[in-house]
Amino acid sequence: MEKIYKKVDNITFNLLSPKEIKKQAVAKVVTAELYDKEGYPVDGGLMDIRLGVIDPGLRCKTCNGKLKECFGHFGYIELARPIIHINYVKVLLNFLQCTCSECGRILLDDATADKYRQKMEKFDRAKNLSLFRKVAKLVKNNAKSVKKCPHCKAKQVTIKLEKPSSFFEDQKRLSPIEVRARMEKVPDKDVYLLGLKPESARPEWMVLTVLIIPPVTMRPSITLETGERAEDDLTHKLGDIVRINQRLFENINAGAPEIIVEDLWDLLQYHITTYFDNNISQIPPARHRSGQPLKTLTERIKSKEGRFRHNLAGKRVNYAARTVISPDPKIAFNEVGVPKEVAMELTLAVRVTEWNIEYLKSFVKNGPKVYPGANYVVYEDGKKKKISPETQEQILEEFRPGLIVERHLIDGDISIFNRQPSLHRMSIMSHRVVVLPGKSFRLNPAVCAPYNADFDGDEMNLHIPQTEEAQAEASILMDVQTQIISPKQGLNIIGCIDDSITGLYLLTKRMTMSKPEAIKLLLSIGVDKPERFKKFKDKVTGNEIFSAVLPEDFNFIGFTKSYKGEKIKGKKPQDIEGYVLIKNGEMKCGFIDKNLIGGGNGTLLRDIRRLYDEKTSVDLYGKIFRLGIAVLFKRGFTIKTQDADLADNVRSKVKSIVNDALEDVEQTIELFRKGKLKPFSSKTVEETLELMILQKLNEARNQIGNIIAKSDEGENSTLIMAHSGAKGKIVNLAQTAALVGQQALRGKRIEKGFKNRTLSLFKPNDLSPEARGFVRHSYKQGLNPVEFFFHAMTGRDSLMDTALRTPKSGYLYRRISNALQDLKVEYDFTVRDANKSIVQFKYGDDAIDVSKSDNGTIDVRKVISEVLGE
Amino acid sequence: MAKEKLDISKHILVPKHTKLSDEEVKSLLEEYNISLKQLPKILKNDPAISDLGAKPGDVIKIERHSPTVGKTYYYRVVSNA
Repeated sequence: MEKIYKKVDNITFNLLSPKEIKKQAVAKVVTAELYDKEGYPVDGGLMDIRLGVIDPGLRCKTCNGKLKECFGHFGYIELARPIIHINYVKVLLNFLQCTCSECGRILLDDATADKYRQKMEKFDRAKNLSLFRKVAKLVKNNAKSVKKCPHCKAKQVTIKLEKPSSFFEDQKRLSPIEVRARMEKVPDKDVYLLGLKPESARPEWMVLTVLIIPPVTMRPSITLETGERAEDDLTHKLGDIVRINQRLFENINAGAPEIIVEDLWDLLQYHITTYFDNNISQIPPARHRSGQPLKTLTERIKSKEGRFRHNLAGKRVNYAARTVISPDPKIAFNEVGVPKEVAMELTLAVRVTEWNIEYLKSFVKNGPKVYPGANYVVYEDGKKKKISPETQEQILEEFRPGLIVERHLIDGDISIFNRQPSLHRMSIMSHRVVVLPGKSFRLNPAVCAPYNADFDGDEMNLHIPQTEEAQAEASILMDVQTQIISPKQGLNIIGCIDDSITGLYLLTKRMTMSKPEAIKLLLSIGVDKPERFKKFKDKVTGNEIFSAVLPEDFNFIGFTKSYKGEKIKGKKPQDIEGYVLIKNGEMKCGFIDKNLIGGGNGTLLRDIRRLYDEKTSVDLYGKIFRLGIAVLFKRGFTIKTQDADLADNVRSKVKSIVNDALEDVEQTIELFRKGKLKPFSSKTVEETLELMILQKLNEARNQIGNIIAKSDEGENSTLIMAHSGAKGKIVNLAQTAALVGQQALRGKRIEKGFKNRTLSLFKPNDLSPEARGFVRHSYKQGLNPVEFFFHAMTGRDSLMDTALRTPKSGYLYRRISNALQDLKVEYDFTVRDANKSIVQFKYGDDAIDVSKSDNGTIDVRKVISEVLGE
Repeated sequence: MAKEKLDISKHILVPKHTKLSDEEVKSLLEEYNISLKQLPKILKNDPAISDLGAKPGDVIKIERHSPTVGKTYYYRVVSNA
């Protein structure tokens, strides 16, 4: 077939008129029977072969096409009585209300009507649909309330809709026949006034007299294993419609009593309504005999499981695996541990050539049950043969260049690893396969951050690109090492976490070890530099060990978390707290913490990435990461309850700070009671008091935090982690050890509960800290009942907050990413949409690719100094 | 209620809008290799250009402040709807 390329200018959606339906239809359906005794489709039935074929043997009576050649053809049913189309009830109501019940004219005088019509025609020509609709709405609102027809002077009765599909004029029900008769009377020009184009949608077409029957190909039946036929839900529903319609015909012709006819008519209305939409709130959904609701037309299209989101936007693939993930710090972060069971099921298609024939033969020899083996062999003609003990011998005999072997995964294969929700490009990255025992995918904890993964039961997906092109593309564009710098901020998203940070912190801050120990440690993480080891003295410092990992030409200046912003000039580097200097790969002073090697802000890792190629970077990252872990392996590390014990002097200091703050607050309240408190500008006295109290109590907690932070680290693991930035903040420790502090709801102290008080055990208007949610005990001491209650209040509030915010922000993000999905930076640095219309004239105004920048900027001076070697 | 008209172009949040001459429009379109339709649009009754007397099809140059580079220019074509 010749392809025709055209640009779609516009699309019009029309209503099908009865005439059009009959024109399109190739068969009239008159019987609810589907097949005769031989199982052949009945003529005039719902599976009539004029409507298309779904059996491989048959040919379509209309176009003589076989299965898959014939797309199918529409049929129709003549309805015994008119039926309201459920999806147009609102429009019909609108028309009934706005037109005269006698003459069918719009309930506006000609002058007003003409005025509106001209406006609408104008907007119509300008293709301004929203304004066009606005006028139509105006017409509707004006005509709706008119009580007397301005044309024939007939009195108008307001028409009400009794949901789902009955219209009432006062107490009298309007039958669909009457509704249709009224709609027929409305002249074309008045149809236009209510917002419809009469040539494409007349209101009486919304009351069905004939029903179009979709082709058989749209509702194929399935043959079960038992040989029984199971019909599609639509066929079931259409069968009901045809059956009731026939009965209605018979009853009318036999002159049955009106009640019986009415009942059948209502039943037909029900069936046709549920045929269009089985989720109308007032109607019980039509069900299978098993009680499961039928999936009719609307359900086929709508929502997540509908045609759009499920079939058109949703794609499924082969060569994929999914299982639980777990951490493995011993594999590199661009590797993924694949269970052997998965590796033996997932395959990679490799073509046999002269050069790899023996190699691939070994896979085939192993067969599907021995790792590393192969599951299938594909022949030149596309035929696929499963390797089994029976076929193996023959396949090996025929083995020749040109065949394709689907072999098991082996170490080093390229894979694509993904965790949903895939919110940014680092959610799908390429990893090298490492086949491991066990049943879970293993990943280096450092890549948890880009995937936003943890190991509380998370599952991830693994895909194996099959062609060389796909593998090359995955590797070049999606390798983990290409994704180290986040395109969001220009900072490295991958860095050391948890134990690795703690380990390096301890190593560089306070550890020394004997020469053999140091060498053993370094060898265990893959650092083997004999020349460097020779320089070690009998006692090796942590900094020397860390330096051994770094390349010889690496220079770096950085600051740890403890750096207070001191001036550097004129001071010895060793004297500045938190100053880190690395010269020619030798760490001169300072120590390592999160600011240097952590994710997001790890300046040292970022410099490594900028100065060295990807391969060296991955290698270095891996070694640095493993060094931290290895240190903890060697030293041991654990937290204990005694971490939250305060020294006697600290405890007394904490006590006095809290008491002072409480006393201070008391005095302020006293001042307020006397009316002597001076308000802050633009604040009431009450607000001022609240602010002052909050500020005083928070100040107390901060002071306590500082005291704890300054206390001797010693063997206090919790404090070590907080200081290194590995896990936890000083505040967490302060709350556990010293005091929990003020509980706040929406930025204020707790004031809810009873009238003028939080709990009935307090006096009304008690403003004291205890009565407003101040918790003066620590978690370790334990909270008293009142404190516990206040703490539970804020706890519940934040729980609700996260539970409600997550789906909300998720949907928000889905909308914005869908809206922006085809914006693209072109080669001229403009941002353009799918039509190549300009959205932004220069990407970010500076055309900097953030993922290749340093925190969104490019520091030219730094680049120059690096190039010139400082 | 005093009905004095506020000159919004003097407001600090309203960037400077100017109308481009025909030659300028031509060179702009050439620079980006686009047709007038591919420019971002601005409504002809947008308050910011009410004093410029711009007709549909005219191009408005907007001098904006950008946090990344300071001064930048943005171009929008006057549109009917």
